[in-house]
Amino acid sequence: MTQAAAERPSSGPAAGRRGRGTSGPTGRGGTGRGGTGQGRSRRAPNPDGAWPWLFVLPTLIGLAIFYFWPVIQTAYYSFTSWGVFGGAEFVGLENWVDLLQSGEVPRALINTLAYTAMLLLGIPISIYIASLLNRPGLRFAAFYRVLYFAPFVSMPAAIALVWGMIFNSQYGILNQFLGIFGIPAVFWTSTEWVALIAIGIVGIWSSLGFNIIILGAGLRSISPEMYEAARIDGASNWRQLISITVPLLSPSIFFLTVLSVIHGMELFDLIFIMIGESNPIRSDTQSMVSLFYRQAFISNDKGTGAAIAILLMLIIGVLTAVQFAVQRRRARLD
Amino acid sequence: MTMSPQGSGDPMNTPTESSTNGPTNRPTNRPTNRPTKKSAPGGPRGSNVWAHVVLSIGGFIMVFPFLWQVVMSLSSTAEVTSVPPTFWPSELRFDNYVEVFRQVPFLEQFWVSVRVTVTTVVGQVVLCSLAGYAFARMRFAASATIFAVMLSILMIPNQAYLIPQYQIVQNLGWLDTVPGIVVPTIFSAFGTFLMRQFFVNLPDELEEAARLDGANPFQIFWKVMLPLARPSISALAIVTVLAAWNNLLWPLVVTSRAEHRTLSVGIASLNGQYVIDYPVMMAASLMAMAPILILFILMQRRVIEGLAFSGLKG
Repeated sequence: MTQAAAERPSSGPAAGRRGRGTSGPTGRGGTGRGGTGQGRSRRAPNPDGAWPWLFVLPTLIGLAIFYFWPVIQTAYYSFTSWGVFGGAEFVGLENWVDLLQSGEVPRALINTLAYTAMLLLGIPISIYIASLLNRPGLRFAAFYRVLYFAPFVSMPAAIALVWGMIFNSQYGILNQFLGIFGIPAVFWTSTEWVALIAIGIVGIWSSLGFNIIILGAGLRSISPEMYEAARIDGASNWRQLISITVPLLSPSIFFLTVLSVIHGMELFDLIFIMIGESNPIRSDTQSMVSLFYRQAFISNDKGTGAAIAILLMLIIGVLTAVQFAVQRRRARLD
Repeated sequence: MTMSPQGSGDPMNTPTESSTNGPTNRPTNRPTNRPTKKSAPGGPRGSNVWAHVVLSIGGFIMVFPFLWQVVMSLSSTAEVTSVPPTFWPSELRFDNYVEVFRQVPFLEQFWVSVRVTVTTVVGQVVLCSLAGYAFARMRFAASATIFAVMLSILMIPNQAYLIPQYQIVQNLGWLDTVPGIVVPTIFSAFGTFLMRQFFVNLPDELEEAARLDGANPFQIFWKVMLPLARPSISALAIVTVLAAWNNLLWPLVVTSRAEHRTLSVGIASLNGQYVIDYPVMMAASLMAMAPILILFILMQRRVIEGLAFSGLKG
């Protein structure tokens, strides 16, 4: 992607050179800029002068100040201990050892992974819904799309409050509904593990729309002839879904898998609101990010917070790398 | 939303490469314009009945929380907490919506959210299109390397820079202010990437013509190229509006006084406050997400296309 200069449709060096001799106010001259070759552009005197820097520097400086340097600082902070009145003292691996011994972090990590796994369960559901939504000639498809997509654009904080009411163990509508079938009241948000399932349901519910949109774009590029041929062979709708849709969608599915893992590992809003301060299972039902928030900004233990953040960054990096490796291997086997 | 750069455009490229090793090795893989194509759409009509059944049941589950939220927001506290449930309040209590303004600093928070969202969108669109344009169409030293390094930010989760960002904002005296919430978020590697992907595909001729007319690079960008970029600007704006309006963690960290917080933080802090009635809480949360929902319903086509565009490009 970084060699994209080469993709650019270009009129070629010859055309670019025609620009020579224009009386531009900047005194541009030189070789013009139609060149496609990277090697060439590197040696050539810069035809745009200082202009490109005026364009990119605001963003680059901002990113350096607010993103690049802070990541390095955070990494450093993870080896420091913070006094009550600020001031960091280098303590080596102390925070990291504490992390692993505390029990809190491994538990938060397991919770986060469990939530992420649940989000991934949303992908097969999305594939099925998307395949129905993109049936040729389906009426009301635009209407359905709005229904499925609405949760994705809705404020997570507000959504979490509403779902909190739905999941309420005494008068929540869900338990009352289940009660019709004789199922005893479930303490959705105050039972260990069960609370994660409740949060996972909300997570799937709110990510379904985005998944469907991405899959829809992939589905539209599958030629209808494929399905037609399968139908002539007598393949059922289900068979078509498994044998045509899913394999041909695999790039979109892979993309969604990567995004869902990143998104799932950064779980915060839902758990922060649905598992409130007074919840008895709060200390066992943290995500990595909610634990980070608590350590760094509530307990004001920025060293431990930084270590959690860096740990999470490494884990997400490894998970993403593994997914890419698996995908590459699968592509080769195909 | 973090988008990984590697996924770029892949879903778009699938048909050509995968149709060669598709599951059915029939010759019909090749797209042709045979007359039989006409029979493809729809297939047997009856099969769509099942699709409608599944989609409407699923669709009901998707909108049920919103419907239930509306019902609860118009009920009394007793009705919300009654067993068995009251599916429809005995009288519609629109008073709950008035109560919101008495019990929470809703207007103040709404105004903060509006200012945060508008400035974030304007800032990101300006900065990202400038930088994206330069990366796409200008030559400068090490531009490819700088671009690649910049994209590496997309791999890093928020928390990894949150603490130092907080310290910067604190040192600038910007805690509890709109600039404090906005400034770090107007610099966006993702937005720059998105805009660059668009500019890269524009033809050279337009710039050449403007250059011959004696326009300087900024004039070319501003008068010729930027107006063409409307589709990707709207995609970027949509993504940014959603992120700015709905974001919770960062504004939660940099604000502490209720009337200086965004709606998202304000709504989040209603949870567990026993002084607030449930119906009022539901009314407040509905009002907080209504602007974006209304915007989405009014321009659903554009929002869906914009998000698909940015999702696929990213």
